[in-house]
Amino acid sequence: MPKKILFIEDETALQKTLGEVLIQEGYEVISALDGETGMELAETKNPDLILLDLILPKLNGFEVLEKLKENPATKNIPVIILTNLEKMEDIGKAMELGAKSYLVKSNYSLEEVLKKIKEIIEN
Amino acid sequence: MNFKETIEELNVSAFCRKYNLSLWQCPQFLFIIMGIIVIISSLSFYFIGNRYVEDPLEVAFLVLLISLGLLIIGTIITKSFEKVAEASRLKSEFINIVSHQLRAPLSNLQWTLELIMSGRVGTIEKKQTEYFLILKENSARMQELVGNLLIVARIEGQKLLFKNEFFPLKQAVNDLIKEFEPYATASNVKVIIEAPDDLPQVYGDSYQIKLAVENLLDNAVRYIKDQGEVKISIKKEKDYVYVEVSDNGVGIPENDKKYIFQKFFRSENALKNKTQGSGLGLYIVKSIIVKSLGQIGFFSEEGKGTTFWFTLPINKFKK
Repeated sequence: MPKKILFIEDETALQKTLGEVLIQEGYEVISALDGETGMELAETKNPDLILLDLILPKLNGFEVLEKLKENPATKNIPVIILTNLEKMEDIGKAMELGAKSYLVKSNYSLEEVLKKIKEIIEN
Repeated sequence: MNFKETIEELNVSAFCRKYNLSLWQCPQFLFIIMGIIVIISSLSFYFIGNRYVEDPLEVAFLVLLISLGLLIIGTIITKSFEKVAEASRLKSEFINIVSHQLRAPLSNLQWTLELIMSGRVGTIEKKQTEYFLILKENSARMQELVGNLLIVARIEGQKLLFKNEFFPLKQAVNDLIKEFEPYATASNVKVIIEAPDDLPQVYGDSYQIKLAVENLLDNAVRYIKDQGEVKISIKKEKDYVYVEVSDNGVGIPENDKKYIFQKFFRSENALKNKTQGSGLGLYIVKSIIVKSLGQIGFFSEEGKGTTFWFTLPINKFKK
């Protein structure tokens, strides 16, 4: 059974590029283009890892993260924040809410992001 | 400040034109007018009081009238300052928003290019790779520029956060040199470091200070034509650490020296040698060093090379 990754990101271009790489690496990718759909899918599909953007329609990334960690069904799923916000306060807030890792998109290449994902999902 | 700069400072109308303000809204001009009024009115009171006035109430009334005038001018000056400050704030905010908005499409572009070039979505021919490389380099340049603009916006908005701690500068510089090695080797430049092992730790934000050294190192390598050497030497002096980054590159022309730390300034040599850059690097470096309570300067001779130096405290300071 391939491991499932839920990718909550409103940029379709990123969904396509990173999604493609993840599928090639043997993961099953579930996509959500807004926070609300992301929350629903996290509950129903029981993914092994969640990739979460912070600026999202409907529910923003912080709200999604907070709800995920409050819900007993989803609180143990590791969450990697994948965003372009790099303010210290945003990083601090996300880590405090229980994110496993915080990656600023423009500072990482696709391969580096893949490496981080593998590290976390395989453990 | 030398004589020429003092005269330039006195050229009020040029100053007001530079900030797009009319003379009657320009703080510098209004200050001069206020000064003149104060001098004239003091002298007038003296003469009027001495010769013509018998009733002190009349003098008090005159003083009141003049004070009222000064109060009005003072208010206008304050408003003008507010206008200048607001314009500066809007500009920084504009840079901030634009840079953030540019980041998302740039990341998309970079990741898509990386995916294509990795061969994961089909093989690409050698000839095509060359052109994809051009795209990749240029998107990286844009990323760098946007990153620099964001740092500048933060510096100007006083939002550049510093996480101060003690850290080993020599090790940080060594790591940086390692990261730079492929670029330096490709540019035929040798980077060496000279620093004693018993160097004390410096106090500051290691990330920001590394960024400053990275900018200086990048400049040094960039301005060396053909082949050369960049030397970074670090030593302890009194209660600070002194760092020099020297190159044997093209040097800075005499006329450009006073503008070198200005934002967006590009030296004649940079343009002549078609060196890439945004003119933001040294502005960022200076802002970081000054914020770390250090000092910075340089000496340079055209055709021979440039040495940038800076100092960093080794004791804890309070902000």
